This record gives sequence, structure tokens and C-alpha cells, in this order.
Amino acid sequence: MKLSAFKRALWVYHVPTGSCNGCDIEIVAALTPRYDVERFGIMLVGTPRHADVLLVTGTVTTPMADRLRRIYEQTPEPKAVVVVGGCGSTSGVFYDSYNVAGPVDEIIPVDVYIPGCPVRPEAIIDGVVKAVAKLEGLEAGEKV
Amino acid sequence: MQERKTTYEIPVGPIHPALKENIRFTFQVEGERIRSVDVKPGFVHRGIEYMGMRRNLIQVLYLSERICGICSISHPIVLTQAVEQAANIEVPPRAQYIRVIVSELERIHSHLLWAGVAAHELGFDTLLHLSWKVREKVMDILEELTGNRVDYALPIFGGVRRDIAAEQYPKLMEMIRYYRGLFEELSDTFLRDPSVEARTRDVGVLTPKEAHELCAVGPVARASGLRKDVRQDWPYLVYGDFDLTALTPEDHGVEVHGDVYDRIIVRLLEVAQSLDLVERCLREMPEGEITSFPKIPALLAYLKKAEGEGIGRHEAPRGEVIHYVRLEAGQEGPAVWKVKAPTYSNLMPWTPMFREQEIADIPIIAASIDPCMCCMDRVHVDRGDTREALDKQALLRLSWEKTRRVCG
Repeated sequence: MKLSAFKRALWVYHVPTGSCNGCDIEIVAALTPRYDVERFGIMLVGTPRHADVLLVTGTVTTPMADRLRRIYEQTPEPKAVVVVGGCGSTSGVFYDSYNVAGPVDEIIPVDVYIPGCPVRPEAIIDGVVKAVAKLEGLEAGEKV
Repeated sequence: MQERKTTYEIPVGPIHPALKENIRFTFQVEGERIRSVDVKPGFVHRGIEYMGMRRNLIQVLYLSERICGICSISHPIVLTQAVEQAANIEVPPRAQYIRVIVSELERIHSHLLWAGVAAHELGFDTLLHLSWKVREKVMDILEELTGNRVDYALPIFGGVRRDIAAEQYPKLMEMIRYYRGLFEELSDTFLRDPSVEARTRDVGVLTPKEAHELCAVGPVARASGLRKDVRQDWPYLVYGDFDLTALTPEDHGVEVHGDVYDRIIVRLLEVAQSLDLVERCLREMPEGEITSFPKIPALLAYLKKAEGEGIGRHEAPRGEVIHYVRLEAGQEGPAVWKVKAPTYSNLMPWTPMFREQEIADIPIIAASIDPCMCCMDRVHVDRGDTREALDKQALLRLSWEKTRRVCG
């Protein structure tokens, strides 16, 4: 796996899969002037085909499960998946819903979990940085 | 040869850069013109009402916050109103004022958020960054008052969980001054910018008649000239004391067009109105208790014995939210819990708004009602491969059956 893509600007695609908007607005807050991750080259893009990192928010509802899988497949390698929020990590408060297919890691492989309901913008930035560090470690042959 | 025009189909969603949340549009397009639109929701339905009926009321309160992260004070406020009505719980005046203050602060943050999203959909990202930069001020205040940026966990049955301390008043006043100072700049950049006006004037028009017939609520209805606002029409909490009137573009001194531009005007005016309300609340708020049940176990025990039904209504940033709750003695959770979110009423007005518009205007028209799918999403019935949709008669029959089942 070549990581030259990560050495430059990191492009992020945001996939809502049944979230309550709480984490989604914090992702936008992380991009805008107060936190301004664009100064590190982290940018939201409009399609998974341009993305290095998938930010998945929310527990996965039944109709979204297959679509999430397809988006994961459309994202070119190397890629990292970051789950934003408690309900995407563990299903959270929606654990006994009839319309939930499961937390994100039951649908696609996940690299980094960011806990919080909702997560703070600082935590999102930290999570994306951890995802990059993890992939760089993998490239250097470290065991994760 | 006779020239024949045919329409072709453009699907948008459920995951699409023009949409912030999951919903599916199917546009019938002729050239660049939209002839008709079909909307299919159901992608973010999490079955919250069902889960709520299996938990105790305090847990339901926290669950109701997770209906939507942007209206995360509106839903708990409505739920507490409904339960307080059902169980005959009094709310101390100070708690009512605190609820009003926080829900008005939420309106400010939600409208600024919307302004940024709308600017982004217009391709005007500088304005997105400006709106979200100034929005951080109210987020700081919300965090100062409630301890969290998004889910506030503030209301509880019978009052609120946190008081506003005397040393927090000056911070709130400073925020009000900050936004008042910015108001001219913001209305200048949004309302007197030729590119914003060119993209939004006479785009996505909803006439007052259509708004009335399709039961539009909130800023969408008001931008079409209907003076409709729960805070004015059915005052609750302390709103009755404030002599509040619903704002339409006429209050800005312009004629009502019912287009996207008018929706920007209304939301900007409402930010100013909310600032006035917060200031007035701070001035008039009495001292006293903040909850009538300081002990949570006592509250739970009382609610377990309570019996009755209640309806709560609240003007959320997007329009009217209604919760219906029925409590039965001996049951910890609600026997019935029904939520109606504002976007549910604002879905149908999309149809006339999109008609005869251009494809390029889809994102801004979709965003102009400030849709919140996670609030309103309903379950989508999918029986095998038949793709059978339930028609009006079938839905009516199902709802009769449910009413009979619920009422016994």
C-alpha cells in the first residue's frame, strides 16, 4: 500500500448513515474558521472517489447498510475509515432499534473510533490525525 | 417529423453532495427544467418512538435529544411539556425563563448554521465560513450555560437541571451586543449581495395559498407571508408575556415573493427577534427554584403513578414540533409517544417549489426549507422485491387499526 496520497493534503468524505446531525454539524464546525482544519490541507470533498478518509457518522440503518458498503468500495486505496460518534461505534442509544443494521464496524472495516455524543471538533481532528498515524505505521511495517 | 418532448429521470440521493442528509429525490426533467419531483424518505429512520416506549421517562428524555442534534433543545422541551401536562406537574417560573432563553439561543445557532449551509449550496463558501465563524459565539455561550456544545440535557420534567448564575449574565449580554453589532454586516452580505440575490430571487417560489394548503410551518410558511408561529398563536412557557408576532418579509419592508431570498430575510429577522427575547428574559427572570422535583428518584416514582395524556407544542427553529404522550399508572415509560417534527410538514411544499426550476437550483431549493431528515423520517415499507407502496386507503386502514389497538 503506497501512502504518498497522505503525504500531501488529506481529502475527507463525510458519509451520514442514520446520524442525528449532531456529529455532522461538528464536522462542519471543524472545517470552518474556529478550528479550520483546511489549514492542514484537510478538506471535505463531494465524492468518495476523491477521498482518502471516510468520516462515517451515525449508527447504520437497514436501508443505508448496502449503500455504505458501496461507498467504501468506491473509495480508492489507501483509505482510512473513521467512525465519528458513539452511536456509530457501538449503536449507542439506538441499540434496541428495529431498523438498525449495527454499528459501522459490522458493515465495513474501521480504523479509528471517536467516542462522544456528539464528538467535539477537537476530537474529530485528533481522530483524523490518528488515522493517518496508524496508516503510516502500517506502511513502516509496524504491528497495530 | 413532429417534434416530441420527453422527460428523463435524474435521481438525487440518498447520498449526494447536494444533500446533508439521506433522502432520495427523483426528478422528471425536460432539458434543464424540472417538471416534477418525487421524494422518498426513510433512510434515517431509527424507530425512536418504539424504543422510547420500552424505556423509562428520564431515559426517553435523553433519547428525545438524539432525535436531532440541531433541535436538541426543542424535542426535550416539547416532551417535558407533554409529560407535565399528562402528569400535572408545575414548572417554576425561573425554569420556564431558562427554557425560553436556551431555546432562543438554539434558534440563533440553527439559523446561522442554515445561513452557512445555504451559502455553501450557492457556491459562496466565503459566506459559509463567515456565518460559521460568528456562530461559534453562541456555541460558546450554550456550552457555558449547559456544559455541552450540542446536546444540552437541560430540561427535566418539572424544571431545568442547571441554573443561570449571576456571573453568566454579562457574558450573555456581551453575546447579544456582539450579534447586534454584526447584524448590519450579515444582512448586508446576504441581502444586498448581487450574486446571492441573482441565485435566490424568484427561485423555489411557494405562494401563500400553496403554503396554506400544504400546511407549511416555520420560516417556510412565514416567508410565504403567513403569520404563523406557535409562540404567537398558542403561547406556552412564558412566551405569552412577550407579545410576540410572527415575522414575514413585510417586516423588512419588502413585498412577499415566497422565494428562497424571502426565507433568508425571515431567518435573519428571527435571529434579531431571538436576541431581543433573550435580553428581555434576562431582565425579567425572577429568582427562585429551578425545578419542582429536586430528587430524581422521587420524580421517577411520581411519574410511575401518573396517568393521563398530554400534548406539547413548540416553535423549533424549523417550525412547529408536536409530541403526544400517554402515561399509564404502573408503567415507567410512556404508553404512547408520538413525535411530529417540522420537516414532516415542510416536505410537501417541496413539490411546488421545485416545479419549473432549473437543475442547478436543486441544492439551494432543497436546503431552503432547512430540512432535518433525522427528525422526521418515517419507516419505509419494503415487502420483498415487489416495491409495493402503500396507497392512501391502505394507510388509512392501518392507522384505524392502530388507533383501535392503542385505545383498546
